[in-house]
Amino acid sequence: MLGYIVKRLVSLAISLIVASVVIFVVIEVAPGDPASFMLGLNAQPDTVAALRAELGLDQSKVERYLSWVGGMLTGDFGMSYTYRTPVAQMIADRMWVSLPLALYALTLSTFIAFPAGIFAAARRGGPGDLTVTGATQLGVAVPNFWFAMMLVLIFAINLRWFSAGGFPGWDDSFWGGIKALTLPAIALALPQAAILTRVMRSSLLDILGEDFMRTARAKGLTARQALWRHGLRNALIPVLTIIGLQFAFLLAGAIIIEQVFFLPGLGRLIFQAITQRDLIVVESVVMLLVFAVIMVNFLVDLAYAAVDPRLRTRT
Amino acid sequence: MSLLSIENLSLSIHDSPILHGISLRIGEGEITALTGESGSGKSMTAFATMGLLPKGATTSGAIRFDGTNLLTLPEPQLCDLRGREIGMVFQEPMTALNPVQTIGAQVMETILVHKAMKPERAEERTREVLDRVGLPPDRFALSRYPHELSGGQRQRVVIAMAIALRPRLLIADEPTTALDVTTQAQIIELLKGLVREQNMALMMITHDLAVVSDMADTLNVMRHGEIVESGPTADVLREMRHPYTRQLFEASRHQADLGDAKADAPLLSVQNVSRDYPLPRKTLFGPRPTFRAVNHVSFDIRRGERVGLVGESGCGKSTLTRAILGLEPTQLGQITLDGDPVWQGGHPNLTVRRKMQVVFQDPYGSFNPRHRVARLITEPFHLLQDPPKGSARGNAIAEALTAVGLKPEDADRHIHAFSGGQRQRIAIARALIIKPELIVFDEAVSALDVRVRAQILDLMADLSRAYGLTYLFISHDLSVVRSITDRVMVMRAGEIVEDRPTEAIFDAPRHPYTRALMEAAPKLPELPEAQDAPHPAL
Repeated sequence: MLGYIVKRLVSLAISLIVASVVIFVVIEVAPGDPASFMLGLNAQPDTVAALRAELGLDQSKVERYLSWVGGMLTGDFGMSYTYRTPVAQMIADRMWVSLPLALYALTLSTFIAFPAGIFAAARRGGPGDLTVTGATQLGVAVPNFWFAMMLVLIFAINLRWFSAGGFPGWDDSFWGGIKALTLPAIALALPQAAILTRVMRSSLLDILGEDFMRTARAKGLTARQALWRHGLRNALIPVLTIIGLQFAFLLAGAIIIEQVFFLPGLGRLIFQAITQRDLIVVESVVMLLVFAVIMVNFLVDLAYAAVDPRLRTRT
Repeated sequence: MSLLSIENLSLSIHDSPILHGISLRIGEGEITALTGESGSGKSMTAFATMGLLPKGATTSGAIRFDGTNLLTLPEPQLCDLRGREIGMVFQEPMTALNPVQTIGAQVMETILVHKAMKPERAEERTREVLDRVGLPPDRFALSRYPHELSGGQRQRVVIAMAIALRPRLLIADEPTTALDVTTQAQIIELLKGLVREQNMALMMITHDLAVVSDMADTLNVMRHGEIVESGPTADVLREMRHPYTRQLFEASRHQADLGDAKADAPLLSVQNVSRDYPLPRKTLFGPRPTFRAVNHVSFDIRRGERVGLVGESGCGKSTLTRAILGLEPTQLGQITLDGDPVWQGGHPNLTVRRKMQVVFQDPYGSFNPRHRVARLITEPFHLLQDPPKGSARGNAIAEALTAVGLKPEDADRHIHAFSGGQRQRIAIARALIIKPELIVFDEAVSALDVRVRAQILDLMADLSRAYGLTYLFISHDLSVVRSITDRVMVMRAGEIVEDRPTEAIFDAPRHPYTRALMEAAPKLPELPEAQDAPHPAL
């Protein structure tokens, strides 16, 4: 088990290094000089040069890469070109919206998908299964912003249970924050839940056909006991894979939902930064997202090993 | 009164009839065998008794266990009976256990699900029962996982689960079919011992007459969902009233007519070959340890000779086969066919590959299901520099199909339209089509029913005589090898321990391992010659 964790950690470190190099190179290649962009079209060349020096853009590429990575390791992400505020602070503010939102949506989608998937698999071909499968078809097909608009129409405009958008922050009250994130989280969660339900169902159906499920029945377990005790854990591996992918998506891919609900999240930050050529913000946010995705994959790998003993001894 | 009595049981699944009026009885302490070919309804009889029939099954008749009709018993009572009164052991030990639970937990579950004992006592009982099936807890901790055990050990765990609560009836569905002969002999001893000690009734299902001939008290021969003959085992085997029983029996000990080997010059030469596999690293930076799967093996096969290679799983015969076929390089030594090396300059040597072909065990798995037979059997043409085209191609296909007993028209059909035996014929046609000199048969008849197997063996013998083909016949099954080879090599732990003419090796095995293999292999009783004519109907 220890060997397995060490191997995963080594591959995690290598992925991070490779990702940082790729991100740096790609951003460097992208056209547009931040200094001239910030100063506008009529700027004097020497002013631009001075700003370039101030921003560190005149250093060699290797120096800039190393100072970027070194800075990130110490929590210094540099200064935003546009807002002249520390990037770390900007990201941290947004993170307090995006991370809870992603976790909230993921929790909802898992809590919907597990029972729904198990319910459908246990009633394969029956009316319950057909209903669930039909609903997931719809959930996969309908875009999440449509759900978002419907939720706003029903729960914010008609019923007035929630506000239609905005985020009050966590300082006033925890529940206020949760309430503001509820509709966006549901909108994000529904399509994800639909996908996860389908994966759960098909994975469980595969397992139900396995020989050891028959063995379990021959021992005297009821169909339900066999499913819960022997089926579920074996069916989890593909489900964990999807959960890992979904978390990564939810963290950064919520940009449309953030727009619909006026949430100051990471997705909107990166969108603004790109349109304003705020390359240092783009670099840092992308690197942070890559870090998050790799960490999630690492956790998923650990979860695999926890679920399946064969992976602990495998090399 | 019998413990289990099946009375006129009929079964259909989605309106297609499976069983027709099966009747049989098993008393306490008795072993009753159900035998027959695949699709004869043996396993369905077992599942009907367990109440584990697939969806859409309808039954009539009765299955009385200790007087209770199991067919009408509600599911909760059936659950209570399964595992406690009736245990079941399955064919495939590799997949019959839950891979993510420890063996201890799985055995203990049988006890706990029936609330038969307190948890502490259940653990104690788990140790006892694992010890009884030959897995002493000091060597096989309860915390082991199934993947850490061999096939035979896993089958012991499955048996432990089935007998943990001392059921009165044990149903064993092909319990040894997936195992090596020596392991098979041990598992059969174990089952017989359990029947004796616990006065348990055993319903033994197997396609292999030899396995049950010396263990079962009564024998039921099944065909197409009916019991065609039943009675005390010795009587059934002596009298063989039904022609089908006789066919099964004769097919099981079928001897193909090989003719004399025209053996002259060596065709395949294996010289001092070794093959290593890297093992997982023990330390992060240390050298990788290796496992020597084949160890300094040397032999020749002469042109026209039919040679068998026998050994148990893990003995290195598959590794050796891959090396001979040029699928993998060897670490040491040289393999040549007709003087040319099979592996040259880091690549398989195509000139040599043209002269040899292989037929695998699973006829279905080795064909692309979306292609027609014509395309499937012409696959080896890519080995030729100038493959036949147009009518020459059509003639080659027709000739190959005719040679294996199929019709040229079959070329336009898909593989799913053929039975298992026909598929194996197509596999042989595929091997024949480029007129090779050596054909390697890798467990090529192991998955076939005995009567089909006998036909395929005859076909192989005919083709060998007609085309002067050389065969390398790889199998774990001694009886098959005996019927189709001139010479047998016995392989163990990467080495060939005995290599002599077939008759000599079967009459007087020299190496202790060969002797152990022969003794472990189940044998059919001698067929009394006087009984050759079909017995008049009574």
